[in-house]
Amino acid sequence: MLDYCLLILFSSHYFKPMDTSATLVKNLADQYGRSRHNLLPILQGVVEQEKYLSESSMIEIARELDMPASEVYGTATFYSFLEHKKMGRYIIRVCKTITCSMKGKNQVLLAIEDMLKIDVGETTPDGTFSLLQTNCLGFCHKAPTMLINNDVYTDLTPEKVRDILSEYLTKSKEGGQNGN
Amino acid sequence: METNHQLKRADFIFKNENDWKEVLRKNINRPPHELINELISSELKGRGGAGFPTGLKWKLSAEVDSDIKYVICNADEGEPGTFKDREILSLVPFKVLTAMAICGHVVDAKEGYIYLRGEYFFLKPELNKAISEFEHYCKEINLDFCIRIFMGSGAYICGEETALFESMEGKRGEPRNKPPYPAISGYMNKPTVINNVETLAHAYTIFTYGAKRFYDLGVQYSRGTKLFSVSGDTPKPGIYELELGMSLTDFVNDFGDGDTKAVQVGGASGFLVPRKRFAETTIGYEGKLIGISLPTGGSMMLFNSSRSMFNVLDNYLEFFREESCGQCTPCRVGCQQLLKGIKAVKTGEKNAGHLDKLLRLAETMQFTAKCGLGQSVANSFSSIVENFREEMIY
Ligand SMILES: Cc1cc2nc3c(=O)[nH]c(=O)nc-3n(C[C@H](O)[C@H](O)[C@H](O)COP(=O)(O)O)c2cc1C
Ligand code: SF4
Ligand code: FES
Repeated sequence: MLDYCLLILFSSHYFKPMDTSATLVKNLADQYGRSRHNLLPILQGVVEQEKYLSESSMIEIARELDMPASEVYGTATFYSFLEHKKMGRYIIRVCKTITCSMKGKNQVLLAIEDMLKIDVGETTPDGTFSLLQTNCLGFCHKAPTMLINNDVYTDLTPEKVRDILSEYLTKSKEGGQNGN
Repeated sequence: METNHQLKRADFIFKNENDWKEVLRKNINRPPHELINELISSELKGRGGAGFPTGLKWKLSAEVDSDIKYVICNADEGEPGTFKDREILSLVPFKVLTAMAICGHVVDAKEGYIYLRGEYFFLKPELNKAISEFEHYCKEINLDFCIRIFMGSGAYICGEETALFESMEGKRGEPRNKPPYPAISGYMNKPTVINNVETLAHAYTIFTYGAKRFYDLGVQYSRGTKLFSVSGDTPKPGIYELELGMSLTDFVNDFGDGDTKAVQVGGASGFLVPRKRFAETTIGYEGKLIGISLPTGGSMMLFNSSRSMFNVLDNYLEFFREESCGQCTPCRVGCQQLLKGIKAVKTGEKNAGHLDKLLRLAETMQFTAKCGLGQSVANSFSSIVENFREEMIY
């Protein structure tokens, strides 16, 4: 990890960050402020837009907030929702905590893996879906559950989850850029 | 002790909140010491964690001299099996906002925050709408108090109050040493009152109906009602407001599926109670009457005889291993070793005697870990291993 931090630190001197990230970060910093305590909302804002924190966006945040990039990286990687690996447009997070796992989480997960042809931790080749597991979503009375981006789905069955994903697939084909 | 009483249902928390303006106006015109005494005499204890007396917490913060103070509502609700704070914030948000503002008046704070877990992002728009309406009314009555939402990002440990402050300050959510306690030095090292969502909702009830109405419910050391998040093997999972002091037998008679083998009280960081101990277990805070305490927010997970307690423990330990912030060795390494250890016993790689070593390790964590996460792993670990030892081996 140290190597990676150093890499980020040095690369900030050699590479010009991507422009879209730079503008986004600047806007977020304008909106929230440039103090250390504004860091999380800014990181969240980038993830909201780009689904993950790229190296260049972390470097850009460090620059805007005038702090070491390694600190940005260190903070970001602490939080499980602040992804730092490229993610698909829709991030599926299946709850794997006790009640969901008792109530059929594995069948739900299998149905998703089967339909999207990816394993947990992977992204579909077209960049539409990423599949992850997560801890208790606070809907145990309606287990099993999952999140797709910010939306919660409860009382899942393999059939239900296939229907939900089909809708997303249609939405993603029709909408092009518009899926949130 | 007597266990012949039925479960006593109550309906305070979700009762309509239409009177919030009146409750706010009335209470911010009362002197702080009177409000503190009201809370203290209600004997309300925190519904989010350690069960600290709420009135005392407000009093401590009120007595500190500082130009800036904060009121924070802890809506991180990450404990497995707990889902009542979300329901409060979606159904009666104004009660929580009102109680925060009254707290601001009591301790002389002008800024409030709601730390909302990332998983509840979908609540944010509605909650923000309620906040604007609330702030609008505050202006009308010349009350200088604002409330902001701060979003979490998927880290259970950030529910621990000092980790929560670190997170709000833009850092890794690593708990601080205590003391200093938040009432003296919390967010931005300023005096901070931090309360659970449900605690604030109860404070609203107390400021609406008076301390006596609340105090008359429940039992000694555990006054009032509590929201219970009921899940697992039950025909009626959901959220229920019940008087404290109920016996676990009565609870299981009402909520069980006729085949209840054990109940996990207080979430993964709580205790597992086996059937043979239902009758002697009363649900409430520690005190003379009580067999068991509520370490967290009233999660009740029921398991019937089809469930493997090994799988349950395995799932909890996996949770703790992932959610440990990794800052202190007893917890970081302890969680890993406990998990590895029970798997080794299960596969026969280690003999059953290894479980006793693991029990001692869990006990060591209880005394040496830096925060409540590492300290409470022993609760579920020991109660499961001791009561279901044979399931750990075969
Ligand atoms: C690991 C850990 C997680 C916690 N998570 C929460 C939580 O999600 N919500 C909460 O209100 N309190 C949580 N707490 C307890 C808080 O630290 C704190 O005691 C509580 O918010 C105080 O409010 P109360 O007095 O109203 O209960 C947690 C504690 C620990 C050790
Ligand atoms: S006990 Fe665990 S969660 Fe708490 S400070 Fe130590 S490592 Fe972090
Ligand atoms: S265990 Fe899955 S929502 Fe709680």
